[in-house]
This record gives sequence, C-alpha cells and structure tokens, in this order.
Amino acid sequence: MTLIEFFSRNTRELLTLTLEHLFLVAVSTGIAILIGVPLGILLTRKPGLSKPVLGFANIMQTVPSLALFGFLIPLNIYLFHVKILGGIGARTAIVALVLYALLPIIRNTFTGISNVDPAIRDAGRGMGMTDRQLLFQVELPLALGVIIAGVRVATVICVGTATIAAAIDAGGLGRYIFRGLRANDNTLILAGAVPAALIAMGADLALGYIERTIQFGKTTGAKSKKFLWPAVIAVLAGILIVAYFIAGKGGGAIAVGSKDFTEQVILGEILAQAIEGKTGLQVVRRFDLGGNLAHEALAAGEIDVYVEYTGTALLAILKSPPVTDPQEVLRRVKAEYARRFKLEWTEPLGFNNTFAILVRADDARRLNLKRITDAARVSAQWRAGFGQDFMSRADGYPGFAQTYGFHFQEIREMDLSLTYRALVEKQVDLIAGNSTDGLISRYGLVQLEDDRHYFPPYDAVPVAREDTLEKHPEVRRVLQQLGGILTVQEMRKLNYAVDGEKRQPREVAREFLKQKGIVP
Amino acid sequence: MSDNKTAIEFSNVSFTLPDGKTLLSNLNLSVEQGETLVLLGRSGSGKTTTMKLINRLIDPTAGTVQVEGKRTIDWDPIRLRRRIGYVIQEIGLFPHLTVEENIGVVPRLENWPAERIRERARALLTLVGLDADRFAARFPRELSGGQRQRIGVARALAADPPVILLDEPFGALDPITRREIQREFKTLQQELKKTMIFVTHDIAEAFVLGTRIALLKDGQLILLDEPQALLRSQHPEARAFAECFNDAQDSGSRA
Repeated sequence: MTLIEFFSRNTRELLTLTLEHLFLVAVSTGIAILIGVPLGILLTRKPGLSKPVLGFANIMQTVPSLALFGFLIPLNIYLFHVKILGGIGARTAIVALVLYALLPIIRNTFTGISNVDPAIRDAGRGMGMTDRQLLFQVELPLALGVIIAGVRVATVICVGTATIAAAIDAGGLGRYIFRGLRANDNTLILAGAVPAALIAMGADLALGYIERTIQFGKTTGAKSKKFLWPAVIAVLAGILIVAYFIAGKGGGAIAVGSKDFTEQVILGEILAQAIEGKTGLQVVRRFDLGGNLAHEALAAGEIDVYVEYTGTALLAILKSPPVTDPQEVLRRVKAEYARRFKLEWTEPLGFNNTFAILVRADDARRLNLKRITDAARVSAQWRAGFGQDFMSRADGYPGFAQTYGFHFQEIREMDLSLTYRALVEKQVDLIAGNSTDGLISRYGLVQLEDDRHYFPPYDAVPVAREDTLEKHPEVRRVLQQLGGILTVQEMRKLNYAVDGEKRQPREVAREFLKQKGIVP
Repeated sequence: MSDNKTAIEFSNVSFTLPDGKTLLSNLNLSVEQGETLVLLGRSGSGKTTTMKLINRLIDPTAGTVQVEGKRTIDWDPIRLRRRIGYVIQEIGLFPHLTVEENIGVVPRLENWPAERIRERARALLTLVGLDADRFAARFPRELSGGQRQRIGVARALAADPPVILLDEPFGALDPITRREIQREFKTLQQELKKTMIFVTHDIAEAFVLGTRIALLKDGQLILLDEPQALLRSQHPEARAFAECFNDAQDSGSRA
C-alpha cells in the first residue's frame, strides 16, 4: 500500500492524529513561552541566576524523552484538587515537552535583551523610563526577533519529541510511527513521520516569516504586525477548540487500555467492542501504553480494564521468581492482585503468548533444528537479536542462556519489532519473538520447542478494577463471556491480519466478535 | 543670559568606581539658567560622567549635585529625568519606533493625549527643519545621519524640559552637515532659551555654541570661562585645545 493510498483510506484518523499532534505542540510551546520568557527576563535582572537556571534547562534537554516520561508517570501532584502532574496521557507528555522547549526560549530571551545596545538603554533611562517601561517599550520590542527565533527552535523540538508521546497514550502522529515499527510496516512509519516533518517545516516557515516581519525599520513591517498577532492567536485558538472536542469525547464510563503491540491493540478492541455492544456503556480507548504503563494506569484508575499475561504479572509486576505450572501462576496472581491492588483477574481468553525462540526456515531444515536444545549445540557462530525487554527480565536472557547453555558470538539488543526484520535479513540468526506473532507466519519462521520448559506460561486474561466491576456488573458478565474465546492459532491469525494484511485492528476485532456471535 | 539664577550646581563632587578608579574629583561648577555650558575635554576626561550625574544615571560618591535647588539624591530619578531633555549620539534613537513615535516618547510616558502628542511631534519636526508629512512615519534607519540628529534634538525638546543635556550629539556627522546643524542649533538655542549642557571634544563646536566652556582633564576642572578666555589661558591643556582651534582657523583662511 502506498502512502497516498493509506492517507486517502485513513483521512479521518490522520486528521485526528495531526490535530492531536498540533494540540500537544501548541499547548507545550505556549506554556514554555509563558514560563520561559518571564524567566529569561528575570535572568537579565538577576544575572547571578543565569548559570543555575540555564544549566538546569540544559540538563533537561539531554534527558532522553522516554526516560523523562518514565520519571513523570509515577508522580502524583495536585493543585486545588486538579491533577497537574503524573499518570499517562497528554498531561504528562505536555510537561515533558515544556521541559524540552524551555531552554531555547529562556536562552534567547536572555541573550536578546542582554544584547540591546547599552546606548539605547541609557537613552531610555535618561528620558525617564522606569525599569518596567524600559523593558516593555524598548528591550522586549528590540529582543523580539531573537525571542521568536528561540520559539522557532522550541517548536521544532516539540514537533519531533511529541511523536514519542504516543508511548504514553498522549496521541499524535507518533501512533503511526510506533504501530509501523511494531508491524514492520514502512508505510505506517512514513504515515507518521512525513506529516510530522511537514508540521515541523510549516511551523519553522511560519515562525521564520514572523521573525522577519517584526524586523523593525521597515514601514511595511509595522503595518502587517497589526494583523499578524490576531492571526496567530486565531490559529492557536482554532487548534485548541478542535483539540478540546477531540479530547471531549473522553468523558465515558469505561476506559479500556492496552500495551503497545499489535496483539494488545486487537485485544483492547475486542474488549472495547464487546463492552460497547453488550452493555451500551460508553468506552474510551487508551491504547499503546508502553512498558508497565498499562498496569500503572489500571492501578491508578486511569483505565478500568486491559489484558495482562499471567507470567508477566508474576515476574514483572509482582517480582516473584518464575513458576512453570499455568494453574499455579494464575492462582498466585489472582490472590496477590486482589490483596495488593484491588484488581480482579477475570476469565482467561484461552491462549498462551509465551516467548517463541525463532530461526529462519532454511537454517532449521539445513541444521535439522526442532528443539531449542538443537540450536544451543550450533549457536557458537551465531548472532542473536533480542528486544530490550527480553534482555532485562527475570524469565529472559540470563536464565535462558544458562538453562540451554547458549554462547552466542554476538548479541544485538534492539527494538523487538526490528528483530524479525533483522532475522529475515540475516543480520542475526536467532531471535526471541512472541508465540502469537503474526510475523512468524508472514516471514515463514520456525519456532523451536521449549523442551526444557524454561519459559513460564503467559496466559492472556483481562484484568479489571474491582470497583468498576462492582459498579458495572454487566461488564463482568461480558468479560466472563469472552473466556476461552481465542486459541494461539486464532490469535496469530488476527495478528497477521493486522501486521501482514495491514488491516485496521478495529475492523479485525469486529469481524472476530461477529464470527463468534458476541456482537451482531 | 536673562537672569542669573542657578539651574545646576556641583559642590565638591567626586565619582569613583567600585574598583577605585576616580573618574571625577572635587568638581565645583554652576550652570546659570538659560546658558549653554560646554564641557570640553579629551576622551576619558570626565565629561560624560559629569553629565550622567545631572540626570542621576549615576550618583556622586562624594559631594552634592543640585538641580533647581534640590539635591539630585532627593529627586525621584524618574521625575528628574523627565524634566531634563537628553540627546546622545545618533544611536540613541529607538530603532523600532517611527520618527513620530520617537519624538513622542516622553510625552507618552507623561500620558499626554494621543492627538496632543501628534501635534507636538509635527511642530517639533518643523522646528528642526524637517517636513512633518515626509518624515513622521519613517524609521530611524531610513534617515541620514543629519536627519537622525535633528530628530534626537526634537525628541529631547518634546516635553518642553527646562534643562537639556547633549552628549556629543553631532560627533558622528560629516564636517559639512555638522557645520550646518550647529548653525541651526545656534538659532534654536537663541529662540528657546533653555539651559543646556553640551559635551564635545571639538573646540570649534565649543566656540560656536558655548556661552561658557568648562575644560576638563583627567576628571578635574581646569578652566571655566567664556570662550575667548580659553585662548588666553597659559594652562598646557588649554593651550593644546587653543592650538587646534588656531590651526583650523588658519587652514580655513588659506583655503
């Protein structure tokens, strides 16, 4: 599918994501201006502060955005009962974006004012201007060009960084990029990257035009200046209003979450559509939550339900040692979740999404590989590609290598979705994927049997907030109805429909629910 | 000089920088109402420092400066400055304001009604010999050096202050324009009868414009007298300036 085709088929979604993106950028840049310009002015009045303040802003710029998000999410800061910091969604993304946008704005305000000719400042003072009059009538107008240049840099930074905000459900064009990375789909990646780049270029051009227009000393400049600011304000207000209506849809009763990979988005859609169809409750979708964000959002009450895997809950959330018996794992997480988080594990969906150790089909044939033990024997010359997740978790690489006696020539740590492509392109020879991954059949990869039963079970189960289920017993009934509805093969098929056939998760989920007779 | 009332008085004034460098030492000087006192001296002799002490851009580290009989440190600096017109080298015009807006700065600070500010600006443009219709809407960078300097003078006159300070106002002009504008300024001076303090290092300019000349060297007042007296003085610094003046006159007569 070409990019143009994709855009024409998904115009509405593209428009929504673009507006979300513009909203994030406009709000964060706006707040950064409101904070940065006064701060920059303050620094010109108290030069002793300039080193620590600029130093802080400098450091903020060097913090990687995902790390900054991770740091902000657990915070819980309220101002007059309104949560202003912490959690997932646009709020946290905006805080992070503001921190990134501050440096160029503070620095340019400070430099712009400091560079005003001392003779002009003396003239103003000598004519009897107070400090405030000097600032507003002389220094700020003269520094405005430099300040706008700073805003220009800040805006472009925000447009770029806002793509990463999709990782914490803040929306924006980053959704396409993340989905594309997951599905190994260049068209999707471009669908996010191209509009984002266009926004960045557009903002740069527009602000560059403003910057040139306010260059004083041109009669024309003074005249168009009068029309310029109302125009800028009108555009910003327009974005805010549209964005408000987009966000305004989210006052609904049930919030369904998902983690940030294809299967989770499909499962999220299945839950959401089943609840919508069976109960008539309004459902808000908060998908694509990275890492443990879905769990944190559920515990914090920002979502009401999402699908978790028993093994993941046991190891990554409860931090217990691995257990291999599926019944035992489910029993433990059920008890612990009820006790510690007041969260309820409902009916298992029926499939186990465990780690799948994958090799290329030709290697499997040539070397007669069926079990992981077979691969361990020939792995001395091999390069392995593992996701960051697999490398760091308790049931991941260290125990795996020890159990089977692997000694790879090289291990390349990369994004999980990229490992498939790396395997197909022979940049690595073995990867750890997911057993339900649609890409396994798409690329004709061979899954090796876990003959030493190293990997714990990862049964997929909807986890919901107890208070939500009490308030809406009809939701519990729907979740019970979904019990045992999916086999591994079916899940792989659904994943392939999205990753391989490039269909929309929403559509795929609808078709599946229809076929199972859950919704008409 | 119409009467002999004192407009500005320096009594034992010194100004020393925090690092101990003395820019002005023990200056005693009074400026009569309506006269033009020229502060003459080389670069670094203390002329500009003397001037900044009058409108309180700096305060003396010793002694007192009185303006209209009141010590400057007792004046509210903002009120004081708005009673004193200030002309500095052409750079002092605000580049982001039109000619009319530049002239109207002090009246605007004083909250004059817009119509009155406009009329005043146009009247002053005419007074300094510029066509109001042609120049009011221009920006400083669209003007020649001489035009800018005329605007600078007009701006200082805007709120009709009794005292005007001029810090080498014509320093950056070419000699011909400079001569022209000095002549115009002389006429203006006789018309307006303002008290003026005029800083220059050009003795010819001092002769044309000064009622009296104060000669400064290394922060000290060497001589305070009428222009002709400077030519007769035996002080080496006065002789050095006098020679410059005579050279210029000689070459002028040969030409």
